[in-house]
Amino acid sequence: MVELVWLIPALPLAGFVLLLFLGRRIGEPRAGWIGTAAVALSFVTACVVFVGLWGQPEHTYELSLFEWIPAGHFSVDIGILLDPLSMAMVLFITGIASLIHLYSIGYMHGDSRFPRFFTYLNLFVFSMLVLVLGDNLVLTFLGWEGVGACSYFLIAFWFEKEENASAGKKAFITNRVGDWGFMIAIFMTFFAFGTVTYAEFLPMAPGLAQTTATFIALMLFVGAIGKSAQIPLFIWLPDAMAGPTPVSALIHAATMVTAGVYLLVRVNPVIAASASWIPWTIAIIGCATAFLAATIALAQQDIKKVLAYSTVSQLGYMFLAVGVGGYTAAIFHMITHAFFKALLFLGAGSVIHGMHEEQDMRRMGALRKAMPITAFTFIIGWLAISGVPPFSGFWSKDDILAYALHKSPILYVIGLITALLTAFYMSRLVFRVFYGDARWGESAEAELANLDAHTATADVDAGETDTHADAHDDAHSGAEHGAVHPHESKWPMLVPLMVLAFFAAVAGVLNLPFTEHLEFLNRWLEPVVGENQAHLSLGGVQLTVELLISTTIAILGIVAAYMVYLKKKVDPRRIELPFFANGWYIDSSITKFMGGIGRKGFELIALFDKVVIDGAVNGVGRATRGGAARLRAAENGYVRWYALMIGVGAVLMVAFVLTQVSF
Amino acid sequence: MGGNLSLAYLMLSAILFVIGGVGVLIRRNPLVMIMCVELMLNAVNLSFVTFGKMLDDISGQIIVFFVMVVAAAEVVIGLALIVAMARRRPGATADDLRALRG
Repeated sequence: MVELVWLIPALPLAGFVLLLFLGRRIGEPRAGWIGTAAVALSFVTACVVFVGLWGQPEHTYELSLFEWIPAGHFSVDIGILLDPLSMAMVLFITGIASLIHLYSIGYMHGDSRFPRFFTYLNLFVFSMLVLVLGDNLVLTFLGWEGVGACSYFLIAFWFEKEENASAGKKAFITNRVGDWGFMIAIFMTFFAFGTVTYAEFLPMAPGLAQTTATFIALMLFVGAIGKSAQIPLFIWLPDAMAGPTPVSALIHAATMVTAGVYLLVRVNPVIAASASWIPWTIAIIGCATAFLAATIALAQQDIKKVLAYSTVSQLGYMFLAVGVGGYTAAIFHMITHAFFKALLFLGAGSVIHGMHEEQDMRRMGALRKAMPITAFTFIIGWLAISGVPPFSGFWSKDDILAYALHKSPILYVIGLITALLTAFYMSRLVFRVFYGDARWGESAEAELANLDAHTATADVDAGETDTHADAHDDAHSGAEHGAVHPHESKWPMLVPLMVLAFFAAVAGVLNLPFTEHLEFLNRWLEPVVGENQAHLSLGGVQLTVELLISTTIAILGIVAAYMVYLKKKVDPRRIELPFFANGWYIDSSITKFMGGIGRKGFELIALFDKVVIDGAVNGVGRATRGGAARLRAAENGYVRWYALMIGVGAVLMVAFVLTQVSF
Repeated sequence: MGGNLSLAYLMLSAILFVIGGVGVLIRRNPLVMIMCVELMLNAVNLSFVTFGKMLDDISGQIIVFFVMVVAAAEVVIGLALIVAMARRRPGATADDLRALRG
């Protein structure tokens, strides 16, 4: 059964090729069903392969398909490495991708480029599967670039709008910085080991010189930072929300952005062999990102922006887990996060759809009556991400925090504060969207005008105020034609919500911390990360205390949000500081830098490129041409001249031989 | 055959070779040039035979046959070229072939 593994990526690829050439002719909605079927079949295959994998020694199976790049000592095969880690990834990627494909059929209904959307989605799933199933770094890199390209296509899917197109470019260029690190790491790996195949170089990693291992680990970490949106390369992810919401759910929450975490977990022996500051750096960057993004999420008004910063924050948790040696905790959180964040995004998509493309939370409220199923599933996602027991997020987040405490209490405390913020901003979102007063009727317009005035006086840059004003006008014109009537979405959108809600609620059973028998995920991943996993020996008392603290923190955050946003005891503007709303001014600082000093610096580099690099290349050409012009004079076309040259040559050769040979 | 006689043959061969070489270099009539090349080849043949005799080695004479075969083939091509050239441009010299330069 396990031999079928090649079908897992092949099916989405087939779907992609079919839709690429015939998508327009197939049309809506059949193109969507074909795309969904390709991925769903891939998921079924993955389940079958999973059953087959139990019978394999060490739950590992390798399949080499063909040789891709044979070049001297360097050879790259197209091969599949199916081990517990890639199996876990494949299962949740294909599973969630199938649901999101199904959802997209409803969400993208009526879009003029409906078939093309599914073409891209299938290509994305294929690339993602190549990324996790590839048995060497180069193949992983191929998938890595593939998902990056698809991410770019899909962020800029509605490219008619300038800002969507530039958001796509921003994501692409920011990722390029990380990809540079990944490429250097591949070169260095080949230099150090003579191979880039995981099964060959990972077992050799413990014997590696520490400096080399440190360098490789650092460069891989740079790659992971770019793809997984960590400080300082996280700026692209919030803008990536310009894409259709299913894309945000699939690519920018559940799968692609976790690729960096996957990569670091995959190369855990290299990290173990590197200097001790590498894990520390990973943990600190992760922790700082988690905290920073959570504070920004506090003050966002766009429902998708909140979720985007929340994703950055949760990815920070995963990096924290990797840094403190809790590899299984990272994967555990990755899986639960995939469930609940995909759920939240799809729920947000359902809300946006029901509100006629309205994304501003200030124009929502009391939607639980209009959209009961969306509200119900969204609330499960909210409880899961806030860390309320017994929902899945509680267990995985607590697992990470336990490892963090094992490494350093400071990381633990920051993690806890972030958990508090998470519970707070997610509660804020839920209370403002699904509870409170309806702010989308005509009666709410006056209040909104008031709010806009406030925003204008607050410290917000001019551009943002403009967009608010535009949105306000839109709402007005909407009101003239009759107020917005929120409605519940159709079944292709609701079924994925319900399935994801189920898993978001119960996925915690994958890895319950009470006894070793309940830690299924830990035991399953043992062959991959077992040696380098930090070992926790939690006593019953310590475990209980930690779980109680986490629960208290989560409830505290929810109660605080309840007080602020429903009871209105505190003015929200005292929490939603402009500093947070503008993302700590990181984006605008980068813009300022790039417009001023940065630009001068790059122009200097461009000048160097023009003068020295281009000069060298052109110089070679010019020298060749000049030399040739002079040499051409010898080729004058006179036969006697050639004959003379032959004679002179013969004489010279004889003379040379005579001087060399002694009789 | 005495040493002096061999030396005389070699001298003759050298003189013939130089005449041929100078002919190739200074004459412009292609037919004459080919004849001069033939002269050079036969000068070499003569020295081969002489050396074969001097060293009492038969291979000196065998090589002459090779040279003659190659020379015959070369003349065939050379004459064909000259005929083709004469048909297209009667009275053309070897220097006029310069027009074929790339």
